[in-house]
Amino acid sequence: MIFNMKQQTKKSDKNSVSISAKKTGKMFARTLPNILAVVFLSGLFIEFVPIEHLSDFFGGGLLADGLIGATIGSVSTGNPLISYALGGELLDHGMSLVAVTALIVSWVTVGFIQFPAEIQAFGPRFAIIRNCLSFLFALVIAFLTIITIQFMGIG
Amino acid sequence: MENSPEKKKIKEESLLSIFLFLLTVTALYEVAFLLAPEKALAALGFGWKMLTRLFPVLLLVFLMMFLSNLFIKPRWVQNQLGRDSGFKGVLMAMVGGILSMGPVYVWYGILSNFRNKGMRPALIAVFLYTRSIKLPLLPLMVFYFGMPYTVLLSFYMLLFSLPNGLLTEQLTGNQKTMEEKYGSG
Repeated sequence: MIFNMKQQTKKSDKNSVSISAKKTGKMFARTLPNILAVVFLSGLFIEFVPIEHLSDFFGGGLLADGLIGATIGSVSTGNPLISYALGGELLDHGMSLVAVTALIVSWVTVGFIQFPAEIQAFGPRFAIIRNCLSFLFALVIAFLTIITIQFMGIG
Repeated sequence: MENSPEKKKIKEESLLSIFLFLLTVTALYEVAFLLAPEKALAALGFGWKMLTRLFPVLLLVFLMMFLSNLFIKPRWVQNQLGRDSGFKGVLMAMVGGILSMGPVYVWYGILSNFRNKGMRPALIAVFLYTRSIKLPLLPLMVFYFGMPYTVLLSFYMLLFSLPNGLLTEQLTGNQKTMEEKYGSG
């Protein structure tokens, strides 16, 4: 009887592994087209958007620069390292730290390029609200960071 | 109902929604090849290079998806990351977001699966937000902007992940995901 029970447990384990594998395969097949789309769209973005000329857009005051920084960060893609290097470059060109911070934060929290994939995964309402809030918070964080730095006299 | 026209239509819609983004990008490449073939080819090369770099992460995510399907049951997700998970759930989402690697979109599948098992939307948004803190890249941020700036910015990003998550959940309401709408088949 014990042998029978052991055999049944083994059979049900095998069954659950195959069910999980099937389910994972389906989930992955559903996710993969979006991953491919984001990856190749990033390629188009990198080749066709002149990142080195971005400093031309700035210079309209703290809030306007912050908005432009957050917008550029939102539509940009790639390793966050690029945003650090770009931010450093923009600072050297005299851009405000607010604009650079908004760019760095929105680069990693707002996803324009992967937006369709986010809609597919979580639904349009979630994706729209989350990205809009992240855009807003990028600006808030940028101002708060700079105010804190000035208040504490660091940096 | 097995092969009813209604179910067939839903499956076709679901299939279209899965491939719509990829088809749009393919169309963009066609336009790019017509306008600037050299740049389009370089873009394709960049994408391919990125994909080969992504391969190990994709394997890891695939393995995690498999293990979560095998061992993580909806009741566990509901307890640990559901509506009543409290601060422990928030902490798990924050730590998970900070430690997760690779681009954000490779995590959509597993998070969507967790959501269907009962993970609260607020924690998904917290996870996605705290991914902005990249531990391996912090030394480079210090190099470019200095230690005080890096510490402050990381602190604020961690802090704002919570209102971002809670507000997203509050404003989203009871919206269904594509999977909930069309089924997993």
